[in-house]
Amino acid sequence: MTHDFSQEMIEDRESQNQQGNTWREYFSFNTDHKVIGIQYMVMTFIFFLIGGLLAMLIRAELLTPESNLVDRPLYNGLFTMHGTIMIFLWIIPFNAGLSNYLVPLMIGARDMAFPLLNAISFWILPPAGLLLLSSFFLPNGTAQSGWWSYPPISLQVPGDQFINGEFIWIVSLVLIGISSIMGAVNFVTTIFWMRAPGMTFFRMPVFVWSVFSAQLLQLINLPALTAALILLLLDLSFGTQFFKPDENGDPIIYQHLFWFYSHPAVYIMALPAFGIFAEVLPAFSRNPLFGYRSVAIATLGIAAISIFVWVHHMFTSATPGWMRMTFMATSMLVAIPTGIKAFAWTATIWRSKLHLETPMLFAMGGAAMFIFGGVTGVMLAATPFDIHVNNTYFVVGHFHYIVFNTITMAIFAAIYYWFPKITGRMYAEGWGKLHFWLTFIPANITFFSMHPLGLQGMLRRVSSYDPQYQGWNIIASLGSFLLGASTLPFIANIVGSWLYGPKAVDNPWHATGLEWTTSSPPPRDNFEEIPIVTRPPYDYGNPKYSVIVNSDNSE
Amino acid sequence: MQSRHIDESPIRFDLWRQRLPNWLQRFLPSGGGSHEDHHGKGMFGFTVFLLSESIIFLSFIFTYVALRLTTKNWLPPGISGPELSTFVVINTVVLLSSSFIIQPAENALKHNQLSKFRWLWLITIAMGSYFLVGLLIEWKNLDFKITTGLVGSTFYLLTGFHGLHVLAGVVLQIVMLIRSFIPGNYNKTHFGTSATTLFWHFVDVVWVFLFSLLYLWRT
Repeated sequence: MTHDFSQEMIEDRESQNQQGNTWREYFSFNTDHKVIGIQYMVMTFIFFLIGGLLAMLIRAELLTPESNLVDRPLYNGLFTMHGTIMIFLWIIPFNAGLSNYLVPLMIGARDMAFPLLNAISFWILPPAGLLLLSSFFLPNGTAQSGWWSYPPISLQVPGDQFINGEFIWIVSLVLIGISSIMGAVNFVTTIFWMRAPGMTFFRMPVFVWSVFSAQLLQLINLPALTAALILLLLDLSFGTQFFKPDENGDPIIYQHLFWFYSHPAVYIMALPAFGIFAEVLPAFSRNPLFGYRSVAIATLGIAAISIFVWVHHMFTSATPGWMRMTFMATSMLVAIPTGIKAFAWTATIWRSKLHLETPMLFAMGGAAMFIFGGVTGVMLAATPFDIHVNNTYFVVGHFHYIVFNTITMAIFAAIYYWFPKITGRMYAEGWGKLHFWLTFIPANITFFSMHPLGLQGMLRRVSSYDPQYQGWNIIASLGSFLLGASTLPFIANIVGSWLYGPKAVDNPWHATGLEWTTSSPPPRDNFEEIPIVTRPPYDYGNPKYSVIVNSDNSE
Repeated sequence: MQSRHIDESPIRFDLWRQRLPNWLQRFLPSGGGSHEDHHGKGMFGFTVFLLSESIIFLSFIFTYVALRLTTKNWLPPGISGPELSTFVVINTVVLLSSSFIIQPAENALKHNQLSKFRWLWLITIAMGSYFLVGLLIEWKNLDFKITTGLVGSTFYLLTGFHGLHVLAGVVLQIVMLIRSFIPGNYNKTHFGTSATTLFWHFVDVVWVFLFSLLYLWRT
């Protein structure tokens, strides 16, 4: 693969060095990990906006108890696409993009292990995403069975065309899966083989640990989803009977295969977010990360435990009692390593002078929200409680506290934190703070309201509901519209600053870490010469870093 | 606040690598110095990919075993299921013995014996193609199709998915053979041949499991 193309790649690299940085680079097949990282991040953000628009439509429909804004099949398509896009085309690939940009810089490598494979990984995604969106224009609309796509309901497609929404959905997801597997092979190899001299495993930043753990999960678990999707496709279009209960098939097998990937998927999304917290919190509290080794091992621990918890999504799927008990216990075990992390973050900022720039606000907000989402998670892990609120808005509230209030907040923190490094320019702090408050408060309004709704028994994935639920639904909808509006200052800030912002210095936050030792943005080969690492990470006790950060970080 | 230097910690976690066997240590290099080892890096990545691939096969096997254990009438009336004929056994023997042909081929390349490599490589391609043709003939002669109950669904899924891998392996081998005629393209540590060889062993090992599960498991 890489070796065979090395000569071409060297020529490729030289020609690009002469080209300089133009916007055209980002629409070409480029093998530089920094270009690929930006490609990922910008593309996934566009999908984030699309997914958010679908969420706005869902919330607008739920303003009234009747189903009057969109018809039911379209509503089914809306929540299916919202879930699919937000998971498979926003958070997971955004993390892949951010990791792509940062991991080689953080471990002192010139590029990823397989640059060509890296570019292929990215370029699979836009066609797959467009394919998924194109199913809106099919005569019978998109897939309608939710992002789980459980059989037998997902096999009951309207009309009898060969090319239907479900078919497109499966093909698109398999493509995204192939891209993820390639990326995972690349990341694991990069972290094992490309570290700079002296960069031992226990000198790596926690973000690299997080990416490493998350990508291991991709490798171990994602093939199960691919297998499930292949079986589903055969059932759907080629007349096999794996999941057809009326012909001896067993739909529960699909659930096992699906959740064997899709539960670890939550950690594939969350671990990089925890890594971002571990980078941002020390930098703005000027403290070393508390219990660095424990946090690093806890990262691997979360990954390891998360492989063995998938049945907690199936407590009401005729699961035998012994299995319920076992998986209740393993699910609650996850709280231990995540607790280690949460206490480490808290102890890091304990009694320190906080510098409340935008990344810090987002990181602290996200970490605080993770506590709330985590507590409801432990509640849901308890089988009796879960049977009670299964498939209600309580579950929706819980995982939105994780995927939006924790992970997307962390992603925003990362965007603001590494913005000067990635673009070479500084964002507008005031706009950033406005964006934070516009995100934090409405997000809590929106997703907190879902908990009482769920406890009162409102089911998810319905477009019409009993009038008794209308009060909380209106609150949630209004919050969500504010949340939608909050992206406007963000986009204005990012686009405007990227184009016209003041030039940023190399290390505006006075942060440790190899990525800050390069220029902003880093040169094509990242480092003038490969650094030799002699110090532990988060070395904020070192006098070199004991400078008080000023708010003015531009030249 | 002064932090204690992490490297002074009484517990040295960095020593884990030194407790591993030698071959594994080479496989998991420490930081620095291994950037130029393209072959090792590539093989590491390819091995990781194969581990990932094996999970797909494991998922299919899990599906097959679970369905088979929970289905009362595994064989529909008048269907005898996959048959352990001499034809299938010969096919299996040919595929498995090709592993013992491809390994000397790769070793020959490492010792710069290019013509020996080409001959053995060609024999491997022939054996892989023989297996593929045999599979198609077997499919043609079976009395059930992919839509014939769970027995058909699982049998054609497992053999078909494995057959696709054999096909991919043969295509890779043909590509490597063609490229071996390009002057200056080949050296001792050619990544393509090593990866293809590893892939071929993987496909063979998978077939051992599938063969046992499909043909030796009697109802």
